[in-house]
Amino acid sequence: MTNTDTWTVAGRTFTSRLIVGTGKYKDFEQNAAALVASGAEIITVAVRRVNVSDPNAPMLTDFIDPKKYTYLPNTAGCFTAEDAIRTLRLAREAGGWDLVKLEVLGEAKTLYPDMRKTLRATEVLANEGFLPMVYCVDDPIAAKQLEEAGAVAVMPLGAPIGSGLGIQNRVTIRLIVEGANVPVLVDAGVGTASDAAVGMELGCDGILMNTAIAEAKDPVRMARAMQLAVEGGREAYLAGRMGRRMYADPSSPLAGLI
Amino acid sequence: MTQTITLIALTLNGEPHRIAEGSSVADLVRDIGLNPKKVAVERNLEIVPRSTLTAVMLADGDILEIVHFVGGG
Repeated sequence: MTNTDTWTVAGRTFTSRLIVGTGKYKDFEQNAAALVASGAEIITVAVRRVNVSDPNAPMLTDFIDPKKYTYLPNTAGCFTAEDAIRTLRLAREAGGWDLVKLEVLGEAKTLYPDMRKTLRATEVLANEGFLPMVYCVDDPIAAKQLEEAGAVAVMPLGAPIGSGLGIQNRVTIRLIVEGANVPVLVDAGVGTASDAAVGMELGCDGILMNTAIAEAKDPVRMARAMQLAVEGGREAYLAGRMGRRMYADPSSPLAGLI
Repeated sequence: MTQTITLIALTLNGEPHRIAEGSSVADLVRDIGLNPKKVAVERNLEIVPRSTLTAVMLADGDILEIVHFVGGG
């Protein structure tokens, strides 16, 4: 298979359409092994206070080389635009990188995004030179508004973060894909390989996931499964699926029957 | 020759912290055993650019946040 099928976000071109998170793993070794198995080129990372009492604790950057992988800092845990913006300003200083993942959460129970705050934060960040890839609801109008506000990618949820329920509304994800002029990535909700394939078959540019790999019984093997599923779904989308029929259509010729 | 070291009080990542007067932000980062190249620092809600860590002096009452990248989704 050739590697000519690439995607581009904010002028940066990638081959892998799978973005993986780095949370919830048993340890850094397992995380690094799963990352290799996934074939991902971009990883999401969180920004948190350093452990002042134990400065020698192992750090993520010791296990996953920021020069080899694109670190995409997130704003997980931020419930206000101000906190999200502050977090990403720090992230830019820590990593020197303007491509970021913005999420402004509305409530802890569903971790649904607060779209009003998300839109405002997107505008502020874009004006400060950030390139925000934005976690959002699966709403085609909201996705357009984010794009107009400066989002370099829109990332609708397929289902709540960490739920593993799979893509709940294929229609709205497809509507977002059809209306978007920036990459669309399903962010959140994937539970297993077929969920990732569905997202890609809908025409998404990529899939972002964390828990589906980290909480699998064998995360390294699931990471590989996700790589294959994303590639399979993408190939199927490019191939163009057959039409749907209500009734059977035999695959063997009717002529020449004995 | 003896010199009395005056300590100033800071709030570091939400906890009280003391350091010698005349210390820079870089001194603080090294003081707690961290590599300034691996962290980002905010002082009184403003980013301290990495290139200025040695130049920015700490003052009594400063509120500092020192962060780094951790695993996340």
